[in-house]
Amino acid sequence: MKIWSNIKRPFIFAAAFLFFISACDLNGSGQKNIILVTTTSTQDSGLLDVLIPLFEKNTGYFVKTIAVGSGQAMAMGQKGEADVMLVHSPEAEKKFVEEGYGVNRRLIMRNDFIIVGPADDSAKIKGVKSSAEALKKIAEACALFVSRGDYSGTHAKEKTLWKQAEINPDGQRWYQETGLGMGQTLNVVAEKKGYTLADRGTYLALKKTIPLEILVEGDAMLLNIYHVMEVNSKMWPKVNAAGARAFADFMVSKQAQEIIGKFGVDEFGSPLFFPNAGKKVEDLGK
Amino acid sequence: MDLILQGIIKAFHLIVSFDPEVISITWLSLKISGTATLISLFVGVSVGVAVALNDFFGKRLVISIINTGMGLPPVVVGLFVTIMIWRSGPFGFLEILYTPYAMIIAQAVIATPIVMGISLAAIQNLPPNLRLQILSLGASRLQMVWVLVKESRLPLLAAVMAGFGGVISEIGASIMVGGNIKGYTRVLTTATVMETGKGNFDLAIALAIILLLLAFTINFLLTQIQQRQQSR
Amino acid sequence: MKQSPLLSAENLVVKRGKVTVLNVDELKVFTGRTLALIGPNGAGKSTLLLTLAGLLPMVSGKIYFQSRQVSSFSDLVMLRRNAAVVFQEPLLLNMSVEKNVAVGLKFRNLSRAQIKNSVDEALAYFGIEQLAKRAAKTLSGGESKRVSLARAFAIKPKIILLDEAFNSLDPPTREAIIDDLQNILQKTKITAVLALHDREETLRLAHDVAVMSEGKIIQQGTTAQVFHQPINEYIANFVGTEVILEGVVKKSEAGLMEVAVSGHIIEAVGDFKTGQKVCCCLRPENITVSKTVPEKISARNVFKGKVLKAARQAYFYKLTLDCGFVISAYITIPSFDELNICEGDTLAVSFKATAVHVIKR
Repeated sequence: MKIWSNIKRPFIFAAAFLFFISACDLNGSGQKNIILVTTTSTQDSGLLDVLIPLFEKNTGYFVKTIAVGSGQAMAMGQKGEADVMLVHSPEAEKKFVEEGYGVNRRLIMRNDFIIVGPADDSAKIKGVKSSAEALKKIAEACALFVSRGDYSGTHAKEKTLWKQAEINPDGQRWYQETGLGMGQTLNVVAEKKGYTLADRGTYLALKKTIPLEILVEGDAMLLNIYHVMEVNSKMWPKVNAAGARAFADFMVSKQAQEIIGKFGVDEFGSPLFFPNAGKKVEDLGK
Repeated sequence: MDLILQGIIKAFHLIVSFDPEVISITWLSLKISGTATLISLFVGVSVGVAVALNDFFGKRLVISIINTGMGLPPVVVGLFVTIMIWRSGPFGFLEILYTPYAMIIAQAVIATPIVMGISLAAIQNLPPNLRLQILSLGASRLQMVWVLVKESRLPLLAAVMAGFGGVISEIGASIMVGGNIKGYTRVLTTATVMETGKGNFDLAIALAIILLLLAFTINFLLTQIQQRQQSR
Repeated sequence: MKQSPLLSAENLVVKRGKVTVLNVDELKVFTGRTLALIGPNGAGKSTLLLTLAGLLPMVSGKIYFQSRQVSSFSDLVMLRRNAAVVFQEPLLLNMSVEKNVAVGLKFRNLSRAQIKNSVDEALAYFGIEQLAKRAAKTLSGGESKRVSLARAFAIKPKIILLDEAFNSLDPPTREAIIDDLQNILQKTKITAVLALHDREETLRLAHDVAVMSEGKIIQQGTTAQVFHQPINEYIANFVGTEVILEGVVKKSEAGLMEVAVSGHIIEAVGDFKTGQKVCCCLRPENITVSKTVPEKISARNVFKGKVLKAARQAYFYKLTLDCGFVISAYITIPSFDELNICEGDTLAVSFKATAVHVIKR
């Protein structure tokens, strides 16, 4: 009794401590973990919230999804800090594979980019067929264009378009960078009544809260193509190669592809992504 | 305006209906930040007391370092913890990046100097003769330390709450080392940012309200403690 | 005094920084006696007290407790466990009175029943049983002081060391606490060392006195010895110029007491109980001498005394007279001449009962 009263308090502390520790799931270690780096657009659209629990249930793996811009995703893959990547920056991805960092790059799905802007459309780009043409008009009108500026897939696409329009927007007064994810950037654009390049999925998800309209769409240049890639375990022995392969295989599986095709239909009337596993990039959008 | 109003109404609905997502995020936040605070309590109080009670060369320097640590920017902590524990880092073998453990470590690193600094000051503020008085009543060194710690329990409680308040409302380090993984490392702050990005303002507002309530509760209790101390 | 001292110190040197604050050649504290350390502020009383209690590191010197040198750490712990210090400030912990008093006992891992017993006893010593459940921070200064004393006595130390424990108390409270302390010291026969500031406290509480100055002990002896032969001006002032006579109350009635001093009866105002040991203090300027025994005089005390010494001071004579006890009287130079006083003369010595200041011993 006496001893108990002396150690009582430290004991309670220790007990509380153990409780907290044990309360944190222990499945956070070991070979059952997969680190998936992906773009903010897949996370913000909610698609992964549907796919990943299913994958985890099927295989027993635990997926740690880190949603970052495609640029950062590549950097993480390059250092072996990730196991598998779901990204949409085709040019950078090809380079990534050529340099030996990634293996087994496979097409998963596509949606498309759109140029959105305020309803009054001061740069008069509504209905313009070519995206490069539309950007030229925005530049000429000096209308505010908001860029992600975060080396994401969307940002990469946007830069390609500027190049095609033969305009260097860097440093222009009407050109601003947020450094934020797609959803937050759309919020900024809506607030500032500007233009931006967005992926359709995120736009649709946010449409109810932001007064922006689709002004340019359908250009072949605006295709948004998602690939899955496994990080090269020969280069980084710590990479969970089996888990990465399992996840990539799951993404191209019939089950996953069907879910992708149906995702968003209930809420938005049309799917947010189109499943394209097994197809060739050149055949898309035809 | 409509949006905000609707958001707030839906947010309250989410809270009072114990929406499972809101509850799980809140609970996870409490667990992670609570554990981090407990760790910082042990480390902070022991080191704080040890520094306060011993005279050694460079004591002032150590105290300055601790006081600087009280304002350690969370993102700096996040960055260093990330570098330490990523696969190619010195502690990569632990494989704890993007786990609650990593968040606990980062948050403990943020909270420890706060607890340490306050407990150091609390012990130093006790009457200088109190130590001798306790020793003269026959206390061993350990018993004396325990009595001193108990004697400064109010400031120590304040220290704990300041530390907890600091880490539960912190986002920079949490998102860097935790990764905002749903149901695993997604806490109030990271979820609020993400839900805002996704346009789910109702959920974001609900989470923000809970965070606000927690912050208010902590500050309210802190004020109570300070009042009680003053009336001493 | 042949017994070996309970606590003694030899060649103690304590420094604060580079300054020597204590340099004591020898000090002995005997079992059952109360030693007062007196001296001006900064004389090193507190330092000596804390060093004796084993609480301050010393540069050199030896401390013996129960004839055993305190050398190892376990000796030091032994000394600390047997010596209780009461500081100037009450230094109560932020908990109930009861728990405060129990603190030292808890350090010793005593059983709950033992702790309860000792706490109740200590509270009763200082008449504060009713405060047991109160929070220490709500107490008044006097109450706090009693609690801190009770806390020290509760551990039943072999020696108790009090550092100017009565400073900053208002006079009635101080008086009451000194009363209690005096009773307890007498009742428990506990050995005590007190750093004191006040003549009356010293007279009431101490058997022995050590006079300190600039970190050194400059005089040591029984209270009577030191008070009768002050070694320097500070002590002389501290002692005052009064005559101090030890005695016992023989009769006490209606505010008038008869005190037996060396076989004589002195009448004095006061209401101490019969049998109470006291000191009678008399100021030399209040004493009248005459050639013959005066008749019909209001003064209650009239004695015959032999002039031992007549010393010329600046404006008066100081007479030392033996009336069976030794007292001093001041008389002016004209009176001295008129009465034609010589050493060896026998004079009538008178003083009023109200001129006698009686202090409990």
